[in-house]
Amino acid sequence: MSATTRREWLLSDTPSSRSQARWGRRYQLWLAFRRNWLAVAGLAVVVLMLLLAIFAPLLATHDPGAQQLANRLQPPSAEHWLGTDELGRDSWSRLLYGGRVTLGMVVAVVALVAPLGLIIGCVAGYAGGMVDKVLMRVTDVFLAFPRLILALAFVAAMRPGVESAVIAIALTAWPPYARLARAETLTIRNTDYIAAVRMTGASPWRVIWKHVTPMCMPSLTVRVTLDMSSIILTAAGLGFLGLGAQPPIPEWGTMIATARRFILEQWWVPVIPGIAIFTASLAFNLLGDGLRDVLDPKQR
Amino acid sequence: MIEVEHLNVHFGSNHVVRDVSFRVAAGETFGLVGESGSGKSTVLRTIAGLNAGWDGRMAVAGQALGPRRDRAFFQRVQMVFQDPYGSLHPRQTVDRILAEPLEVHGIPDAESRITRALEEVALPRTARFRYPHQLSGGQRQRVAIARALIADPSVLLLDEPTSALDVSVQAEVLNLLSDLREARQLTCILVSHNLAVVAHLCERLAVMQGGRIVEILSEAELRAGQARHSHTQDLIALSHELEG
Amino acid sequence: MSGMNNGKLVEIRDLRVDFPNPSGFTQAVRGISFSLGREKLGIVGESGSGKSVTGRALMRLLPQAARVRAEALRFDGVDVLAASEQQMRSLRGGRIGLIMQDPKYSLNPVMSVGRQIAEAWLAHNKGGRREARDAALSLLEQVKIRDPRRVLDSYPHEVSGGMGQRIMIAMMLAPNPDLLIADEPTSALDASVQAEILKLIEDLVSERGMGLMLISHDLPLVARFCDRVVVMYAGQVMEELPARDLHRASHAYTRGLLDCMPSLSRKRARLPTLNRDAAWLEPHA
Repeated sequence: MSATTRREWLLSDTPSSRSQARWGRRYQLWLAFRRNWLAVAGLAVVVLMLLLAIFAPLLATHDPGAQQLANRLQPPSAEHWLGTDELGRDSWSRLLYGGRVTLGMVVAVVALVAPLGLIIGCVAGYAGGMVDKVLMRVTDVFLAFPRLILALAFVAAMRPGVESAVIAIALTAWPPYARLARAETLTIRNTDYIAAVRMTGASPWRVIWKHVTPMCMPSLTVRVTLDMSSIILTAAGLGFLGLGAQPPIPEWGTMIATARRFILEQWWVPVIPGIAIFTASLAFNLLGDGLRDVLDPKQR
Repeated sequence: MIEVEHLNVHFGSNHVVRDVSFRVAAGETFGLVGESGSGKSTVLRTIAGLNAGWDGRMAVAGQALGPRRDRAFFQRVQMVFQDPYGSLHPRQTVDRILAEPLEVHGIPDAESRITRALEEVALPRTARFRYPHQLSGGQRQRVAIARALIADPSVLLLDEPTSALDVSVQAEVLNLLSDLREARQLTCILVSHNLAVVAHLCERLAVMQGGRIVEILSEAELRAGQARHSHTQDLIALSHELEG
Repeated sequence: MSGMNNGKLVEIRDLRVDFPNPSGFTQAVRGISFSLGREKLGIVGESGSGKSVTGRALMRLLPQAARVRAEALRFDGVDVLAASEQQMRSLRGGRIGLIMQDPKYSLNPVMSVGRQIAEAWLAHNKGGRREARDAALSLLEQVKIRDPRRVLDSYPHEVSGGMGQRIMIAMMLAPNPDLLIADEPTSALDASVQAEILKLIEDLVSERGMGLMLISHDLPLVARFCDRVVVMYAGQVMEELPARDLHRASHAYTRGLLDCMPSLSRKRARLPTLNRDAAWLEPHA
């Protein structure tokens, strides 16, 4: 199929199959998204960073754990592209492997948090009454704690490490999603199209799962993307405080924490992971803004 | 076919339907007329099981209705809503919307049923994989009617089915409804504020005001202006006046 | 219709409005012409006929992206397409009042009715708060609200739909406009209230010698309250005729619209449907 006929197939007003309708809709969204070049840049950076993290073993020039104490705190050079840290480890390689840990944590948190918040919010909003009250009060309890403090307490009670950090962040990150999903559900559940679905005799679970959650997804996706940066920062913060990834595992926050002593003389050592955190956060934010313009029906 | 006796509906402390009773015979089309706030739509939605907080007795096909409706009820009773823009899921294609009742009731043969349903409401085949926003108002209402009929119900509840449509489209939809009613031997309740529409489709009608039925009369009596209650007389006079 | 802008409030000649879509432009209005004096003109058409767009083009209230072209688009001699934003502001809500379909959405929910009317009055009149309030009270009396003092201090959610529409009308009358554009002013209301509101608009228009542009989908209704009717279809004028001659309308579209309505006095097994004829549309570039 040539490019023009594929485009016509996608933009057809009269799709002839389920998949054509679905892909046509996606293509329309993509066309709208493409118009916002900042968002496209954000997407490109995010994809690039994920690729770098995934292919870290191929791209790394050194073993991220290998120490060369003779070569401590070297500035960037042909041998060490981004210099070396206080134990003579190659910063470029550590940055790549650190991306695996940091971005992996973010993905893990989102994978835990988004479905949890979505289900709790949709069930609370759709069921109403006692169910709603109980679920929302639980949400309020979690919401009442400052995020980092609760995570700190949780990690302190458990063994510090990547897994506990992920669980700790997840624990504090889901309530806003639950609130958002509930608010959306409250408006959706009184619409005629939900009444019409109820009239088909579908069970409440089916109504929530097949008809309510798809309507909540766009705003939730946007919110998640915008939250990614704050999750990265929390993960880095925990790492910085020594409660996240433990040395010698490379993680961007931990890398800054251990190198902060050298900020004045060998500034590039802490600044490089700092730039990585900054770039990732910014990219996710730009992507989130772009997605909101495209997906959020209230803004259109 | 449908019996409603001493129905009362409360929304919180609001008593919106007061002691409403009527019966609809099998194959009959019954109208509920009134101004906004008269409780006519509430009666319909309560029969459909979309409102909690009612008391009285309701029965469809001899079976008394409880606070919760079972799947068999929804296979027998279906509803068409006023606003075709609002009653179709915005993220689902026509195909998906029509497949939903079949999946819920476990009715096999979805493919041919959907094709037949589209033909029945005179929608082109090309409309099948479109989203609601790609259809006109009249086409959307046809989809809503097709959805209501796809699981072969015997009772159709119509809540102002044409009041959001242009008059030329209204004529097409009204014709479609009378054809379908004939072909499928449907029992219908039609809620409308428009006396002419009710007179066109219904054999008998109830006039509602302030949550009560003030009068039940036949279509012939309505056309002849033989109303006993003053509110009905007012509505008839107004309707004639607007016809010019 | 040239040389008739003396004494004409509105003059529209060959108005075209296009809206951008992904693959070019959609023509919403395709070359319509009519004029309006201090009279009651009804613009009737189905959804998508371009009737509301026409009203909005006259007030320059269309979205930025819309492309508006006309040989002439004048309000009392002012060229709307060339007027400055400041001139337009004095037209909108000043010399031209707009009444929209649902007062629920056009009144400010957090401001009392009295203050909203007073604001509207102050925007185009000189005077203090007291005078504005007195003016608001007298306007509420003019739109025949019982107990205007109580309504003055109430909020939009506390009043009924019909009352809300009366308040809207009072607001629009505050600056003493020359033209009232009513876009489906009664579609959200019950038939009994509908008649009252239209009667009120009719009375006010004739008392004050204003022009009225009543935009509606309801042909018989418009015919009852207007002097002249312009029937629109697909962005073009199908027919323009005196309202009292509506039952003698010659155009197939007008006839079809009148015919396809169910009637209380006549029983018909089937309703005739409208066959849209491509020949109704003149070829336009």
